[in-house]
Amino acid sequence: MKENLEISIEDYFQKVEELKNDGYEMMVDLTAIDWFRKKEPRFEVVVNFLSVSKNKRISIKVKLNDELTIPSITSLYPSANFYEREVFDMFGINFENHPDLTRILMPDDWVGHPLRKDYGTGRIPVQFKNAPKVD
Amino acid sequence: MMEENKDTVKDVDFWATNSEEGGWNISSTDEGSQKMLEQEDEVTTKIQMGSEVIDDYFIDDDISDDERMILNMGPQHPSTHGVLRLQVELEGEVVRRVQPVIGYLHTGMEKTGEELNYFQGPTNTTRMDYLSPFFNELVFSLATEKLLDIEVPDRASTIRILMTELNRISSHLVALATGGMDIGALSMMIFGFRERELILDFFEKTTGLRMNHNFIRPGGVAADLPDNWQKDIEKILKVIPEKLKDYDEMLLDNPIWQGRLKNVGILTTEECLAYGITGPSLRASGYAWDLRKMQPYSGIEKYEFDIPVFEEGDVFARWRIKVLEIFESLKIVEQAMGNMPKGPFKIQDKKITPPPRKRLDESMEALIHHFKIYTEGFKVPEGEVYTTVESPRGELGCFIVSDGSSKPYRMHVRGPSFCNLQALPVVMSDSPIADAVAAIASLDPVLGDVDR
Repeated sequence: MKENLEISIEDYFQKVEELKNDGYEMMVDLTAIDWFRKKEPRFEVVVNFLSVSKNKRISIKVKLNDELTIPSITSLYPSANFYEREVFDMFGINFENHPDLTRILMPDDWVGHPLRKDYGTGRIPVQFKNAPKVD
Repeated sequence: MMEENKDTVKDVDFWATNSEEGGWNISSTDEGSQKMLEQEDEVTTKIQMGSEVIDDYFIDDDISDDERMILNMGPQHPSTHGVLRLQVELEGEVVRRVQPVIGYLHTGMEKTGEELNYFQGPTNTTRMDYLSPFFNELVFSLATEKLLDIEVPDRASTIRILMTELNRISSHLVALATGGMDIGALSMMIFGFRERELILDFFEKTTGLRMNHNFIRPGGVAADLPDNWQKDIEKILKVIPEKLKDYDEMLLDNPIWQGRLKNVGILTTEECLAYGITGPSLRASGYAWDLRKMQPYSGIEKYEFDIPVFEEGDVFARWRIKVLEIFESLKIVEQAMGNMPKGPFKIQDKKITPPPRKRLDESMEALIHHFKIYTEGFKVPEGEVYTTVESPRGELGCFIVSDGSSKPYRMHVRGPSFCNLQALPVVMSDSPIADAVAAIASLDPVLGDVDR
């Protein structure tokens, strides 16, 4: 019932287009994994598709190169909009041709990408938006 | 002195950026900004107008630019169901564009999930969607069990079904209550929360807490059902249908209710699929998709129930479908009560579930297992898994990457509210601002699930 595919970044957009024509109507989830000092290349993007007509799922995994750039699939699946913004916010991965690639969960002026493995928990004092700097 | 200061901060705005690197995005962080975006190009405007998939808007040339204004709804607004902020462009009284701004409740739960071991995991996930905590625990436990390749005993999965379906009823009751309040049916607000108390009392009796239970855990459930639990369930089964009949008498044929809800905030099937909307909203738009039937979990395929489907896709259909789903969930609860198997309520693997408290005084081995589980946790084989359950708001997924240690390497939760929120521009735009409030309520977003 569930398929896993691993494809290269060059074929990514084309493959997603094929899946859409193939009857995978929904993009249900898009996220990333940070393999800091464990694997090379460091970042992987995982996208889950669901076909409600065929009752099937497929998951695509793409390994990113050092430029940390991947084509956006928002033009094919509008639901990818928020997910790509979340991954940009949390991992600092850029999505080419995304209509509005801004931070979504963190404040606009936040420094750093929290879900990266080299971003420690409890290390940084809480930043507040528009707060005066205290030194 | 003052003037000197002014000169030095001319280029660098400390107050906006909190750094000396420069204010590259100052205008959009400004709360009173009259712009909805830094650059407003065609694609983004289309998303905000909700006309990306189907364009049903006709520009009225008579309205001048003077009548347009940008209004901030929220983050503290009674009908945004939490801390949701909406930037709304109004044309007179009609909503033209919507930009949801979220993140006010973000507490980094996915990051916290990487710090907690699998045994502690449900404590974290249960706080995400605070109206349906059992589903969050269930999806995390199912993902862990899939990685461990174990199956829980029958009694455990039946208790899980019983609790989650009761939770679906309580969650839908809140949706009906707050939805009624937003439209002005204030008695509905009181009624919904009153009936929910019945179910929460049962939760408290069973798990010790009204919300955030941490009851469903990898390997089974935390405790057995209390003595005489059947009596409480029987009371729920008797009272709730009667009360639902009262709601119907009050609302179903009520001309005001119908006038406010019918043909408002329409979502077509095509739009639902494009925006990834699942759950009651998809079924109200004419697509009979329910994970309980299509991709069953915890043995729910053994129960008899129907999936209500509506074709209209408006707010009325989304309200009605929640009422009918409560009846279907009551059917499942009744069957689960009738066929509750005997036996252990958690898996009898000492490496995964802790021994009963009594055994610690008698057995050294039990003490060691207890100590190991509560300090280090259990190790989970390497792998990646994505599991889903049908939560009251749609498909709830959990994606876990394990590196072989006792903590998840990456834990991601696919919250249905996060995805459904993208449809707000579609349901809100081109309708009066009074209808917009009804449309938000019908999508039933829970901000804890959105921001995580």
